[in-house]
Amino acid sequence: MLTSRIVELLGAQPVFIGNEASLGTEITAVFATDLMSDALAMIQDSPETTLLLTGLCNPQVLRTADMLDLHTIVFVRGKNPVNNLTELADEMNLNLYSTCLTMYEACGVLYSAGIQGIER
Amino acid sequence: MSSILRKDYVVVRDDYAGAGRVSSDVKATLSSIGIPSPILRRIAVACYESEINMLIHAYGGDITLEIGDDGVIHMTFSDPGPGIPDIEKAMTPGWSTASDKAREMGFGAGMGLPNIKRVSDEFDITSSPEGTTIQLSFRVT
Ligand SMILES: Nc1ncnc2c1ncn2[C@@H]1O[C@H](COP(=O)(O)OP(=O)(O)OP(=O)(O)O)[C@@H](O)[C@H]1O
Ligand SMILES: [Mg+2]
Repeated sequence: MLTSRIVELLGAQPVFIGNEASLGTEITAVFATDLMSDALAMIQDSPETTLLLTGLCNPQVLRTADMLDLHTIVFVRGKNPVNNLTELADEMNLNLYSTCLTMYEACGVLYSAGIQGIER
Repeated sequence: MSSILRKDYVVVRDDYAGAGRVSSDVKATLSSIGIPSPILRRIAVACYESEINMLIHAYGGDITLEIGDDGVIHMTFSDPGPGIPDIEKAMTPGWSTASDKAREMGFGAGMGLPNIKRVSDEFDITSSPEGTTIQLSFRVT
């Protein structure tokens, strides 16, 4: 599923687009967590088609995405990162979105739309 | 073995704002010399988890990146304490003594050390109250 469709399903707003090129790639899996070590331990393959959904909004989330070669992060519960994060996102070529849905709702919406969890 | 590249970094005690800067530089450095993605990702993950541990559990420390002419990438993380009293426990997935501050940052799942071990080709850890040293190696070829 294209990122644009996911964004539409979540009613998400773009916060910062640092990776235009990736907007056209298919997202095949979503990983949802507030624990960065879980993301670092679980996401091993296909980072270019995996999206990170999180309620945590700080530089460590962006660093984690950068280490894993992810390109898209969606913040739940209407979290909106402040300026210093967009600078970092620019450096790391990341796309950031924010949705008002809770983690549970966002996961439910995407799962119902047919997006799988990561491969294990 | 002689090294074809060596970089030394310092992780400043309590510098939470700088958390992960070393790992980003390590990743950029290795990427610029053409280390392929899957290996690069393993190194980046191990480095980042180790760097964060030095910051949230220890008093900062030193990180060294070294590439040998044998094509092996070595990373050393050494901190000046307080050390890990029981390494076996620390290596158990889910075991953590992380502070509230660390948890706020998104850490404290007790997954770091087991994951560092899993992604590296060689893993060695020694610890005493004077400090902890972790040595990792990754084969590129
Ligand atoms: N450099 C260190 N100095 C002192 N204690 C450490 C160090 N690294 C790890 N530890 C101890 O080992 C425990 C387990 O570390 P590990 O990295 O596996 O988990 P964590 O850091 O607590 O959480 P996570 O890595 O999942 O965010 C830590 O909670 C801490 O007690
Ligand atoms: Mg850790």
